[in-house]
Amino acid sequence: MSLRFEGVSMAYTPGAPVLTDIDLEIPPGEFVTVVGASGSGKSTLLSLVAGLTRPTKGRITLGGQAVEGPGPDRGMAFQSPSLYPWRTVERNVAFGLETRGISRQARRERVAWLLDEVGLTEHAGKLPGSLSGGQQQRVSIARALARSPEVLLLDEPFGALDVQTKEDMQLFIRQIWRDLGTTVVMVTHDVEEAVFLGRRVLVLASDPGRVARDLRVEPFGEGLEVKRTAAFLAVRAQVEDLVRREHRAHLAAAHA
Amino acid sequence: MVSVDSPPVERAASPAPRVKLLKTEVSRRTAWILRVSSVAVPLVVWWAVSGSGIVPDRFLPAPPEVWAAFAEMAASGDLQNDLLASLGRIGAGFALAVLISVPLGFLMGTVGWAQPLFEPIIGILRYLPASAFIPLLIIWLGIGETSKIALLVLGVVFFNTLMTADVVRQVPRRLLDVSATLGAGRARVAARVVFPHSLPGILDALRVNAAVAYNLVVVAELIAATSGLGYRITRAQRFLQTDKIFAILIVIGLIGLTIDVTLRVLRARVGRWSA
Repeated sequence: MSLRFEGVSMAYTPGAPVLTDIDLEIPPGEFVTVVGASGSGKSTLLSLVAGLTRPTKGRITLGGQAVEGPGPDRGMAFQSPSLYPWRTVERNVAFGLETRGISRQARRERVAWLLDEVGLTEHAGKLPGSLSGGQQQRVSIARALARSPEVLLLDEPFGALDVQTKEDMQLFIRQIWRDLGTTVVMVTHDVEEAVFLGRRVLVLASDPGRVARDLRVEPFGEGLEVKRTAAFLAVRAQVEDLVRREHRAHLAAAHA
Repeated sequence: MVSVDSPPVERAASPAPRVKLLKTEVSRRTAWILRVSSVAVPLVVWWAVSGSGIVPDRFLPAPPEVWAAFAEMAASGDLQNDLLASLGRIGAGFALAVLISVPLGFLMGTVGWAQPLFEPIIGILRYLPASAFIPLLIIWLGIGETSKIALLVLGVVFFNTLMTADVVRQVPRRLLDVSATLGAGRARVAARVVFPHSLPGILDALRVNAAVAYNLVVVAELIAATSGLGYRITRAQRFLQTDKIFAILIVIGLIGLTIDVTLRVLRARVGRWSA
């Protein structure tokens, strides 16, 4: 099911739009990364798709159906894992499955499969507080995947992790994407990450937020070492320049 | 001329003063010694002063006399009856206050209209001292159980409502957002997310307010009652039995401590995840 933005604008306060006239079509199974300077409305874009925020103009559709509010067809994970600290890892993952008439047995199998997929089977009975940051984020992603969403929305999911863990998680999320074929829309402030993961990189402009560039990125290769290749570095530099330009414009606008 | 070559530098007094941290810790052993002294020292001072004869026995009875008074009241069964009467009132009044304040506070912490509707009036009411209501409550409800239970409710309900509302409001926004994206509606989020997240904090509020209820019941019984620990104190006063008053005060203190420790243990069990 494809995800469409049709003339979407969003303003928290009237007259000060965060996003204006976004028109986008994201076909099913695509991995889209979104970068942009602060104030470009990256997070708002995801929030709109999640249905946590309503557009002031235009509409968002998923498979032709207008998005009217949050729903399990769009899973989401944030920079802070936001797990239920009183629930064990497996019961965190099961949360979304408890809301429908799913048999206990089916739920248990699904949770076991998800924990295996994210590599946390041995931590099933632990409380989130005893896990590392990267592990918590895996739980958060497994929880978002529990109801087999059409779209997985990731809002700077690895922003708070150390560099090594972050790279592990990049390989991890790509594997998840390959295995499940879910559409992924990921917001990040890390251009390298955006270019490494995204098959399509959206660069947002600020004041108000809009799509400045919609770049298609050919896969460079599998491992982390592609980050050192000339081809990768060239694309990365191109995107960085775009983001930097928007950042400067944003600062200038703020001082004007 | 001001030199522009070097930035202004504050010359440090030499040698640099040693900075001490505000928070300090003691060893477990020292902590235990301090804990024991915390109770033992006042007890020893009491014993010494009452034994020295500086203060007349009538004003400050010695520990053995207090113990004897305690044993006498316990043997006659008065103490047990009074204790049960007081605890029964606390149980009824506190339970009623909790049944009103927790749902109300929950509402104020979650639903947008409840906060502006209830906060101002509760904000005013909670500053009215509950004990000042005793005369009014006696006029309205008589000197029976109802007025005493009503006093406890008045003394607890407003504070507990506002404290519950504060705790409920502290549930992180992200957690609510995530729950919504997982398909959980309002009722489900309230029961499965907001309530468990708030429970340790609600128990903290209950612990604070249980002490208030416990204080108020004795006050209520001092003024108009025919049973209860407060009543027993006023009776002892009439006959100048300070030994009995001391014994009852110690009982009140120990029971209060028991209630506190019980709630603390419960809180620790429920809130293991938040530790």
